[in-house]
Amino acid sequence: MDANQNLYQYTLRMADNCLILGQRLAEWCGHGPILEQDIALTNISLDLMGQARNYFQYAAKVVGEDKTEDDIAFLRDGMEFQNLLLLEQPNGDFGQTVVRQFFFDSFHHVFLTKMVASKDLQLSAIAEKSIKEVTYHLKWSSQWMLRLGDGTEESHERMQVAVDNLWMYAFEGLEMDQLDQVMLEAEIGPDLNSIKAEVVDNVKNILNEATLTIPQESFVQTGGKDGRHTEYLGFILAEMQHMQRAFPGAKW
Amino acid sequence: MPHSHTQRKGKKEKQHRINNHLEHKIMSTKNWPLWEIFIRSKQGINHKHVGSLHATDAEMAIENARDVYTRRNEGVSIWAVESSQITASDPGAQEELFEPAKDKVYRHPTFYVLPDELKNM
Repeated sequence: MDANQNLYQYTLRMADNCLILGQRLAEWCGHGPILEQDIALTNISLDLMGQARNYFQYAAKVVGEDKTEDDIAFLRDGMEFQNLLLLEQPNGDFGQTVVRQFFFDSFHHVFLTKMVASKDLQLSAIAEKSIKEVTYHLKWSSQWMLRLGDGTEESHERMQVAVDNLWMYAFEGLEMDQLDQVMLEAEIGPDLNSIKAEVVDNVKNILNEATLTIPQESFVQTGGKDGRHTEYLGFILAEMQHMQRAFPGAKW
Repeated sequence: MPHSHTQRKGKKEKQHRINNHLEHKIMSTKNWPLWEIFIRSKQGINHKHVGSLHATDAEMAIENARDVYTRRNEGVSIWAVESSQITASDPGAQEELFEPAKDKVYRHPTFYVLPDELKNM
């Protein structure tokens, strides 16, 4: 793969993370447990969609081929998506959504602080702008981890189930693959191994404070970066992409 | 005799458990009090009342206010006050509180000519 293709694929990873999680959170619209949290969830979704657009616009520029941000987002098939598996997981109850959000925010925040130093000026700029939003996302999800984990018997139980179910997906973002290595050498992407301890420690600290049990398993499920996704992605894309595919070139 | 006594106690306990169960299911409003929210805009010098919301405590009230009332860049500062902490004037006493001020024109500083340099009068 040449340098342009590498940069394109690497940008897609961040773009797809934001897009898929944004899409999942959008499913909460009108269904939140309480008005203020319905708005909070959809706010986070909009933040992520904004970040996704930045990445997709840059990806379109990098890949050339006369492609637009919409072509890339809405006309790729599942195996071309590079999002983390965590983000495809269903919303479940509010607790499961919080745990999924918290696991991602913990990674996302540290990752972005490293990306600010990227040699690629555009990715660096996107990271710098996104950090403000993600700082708030992490605060929001951490607060709810504590309130629900260290809450009632029922909320604690539901949170523990969510943590146990999502644990194997929590740290996929920290696994270096070949492309991560190439981007590290090009000084465009960070060394994920260098942020592993910080991310895992932050997660464990919050789990402890939330009186939740940290699962013993150390197995990390991977595949997202290779386009090997869980069965959920197909359904997400079917809903997200069907308009663009049914009416090609349609405009509002 | 002892049998009927046990029966009555059992029924009361069952009712107590059902009540607790229902309370458990219905979101108790005493745990989510109402808060009044005040926002100061970037150019403003005072906080304005913008509405209210429910939250369990002060920190959540600020976060919820940020999510609900500053979505469109409305402000730079948030005050949250539990609604029960606000003392309001009695609407029935409107006459004696506010009518008398109406015909006292000598209280208004309208007989001065303000210099142009004064901006915030």
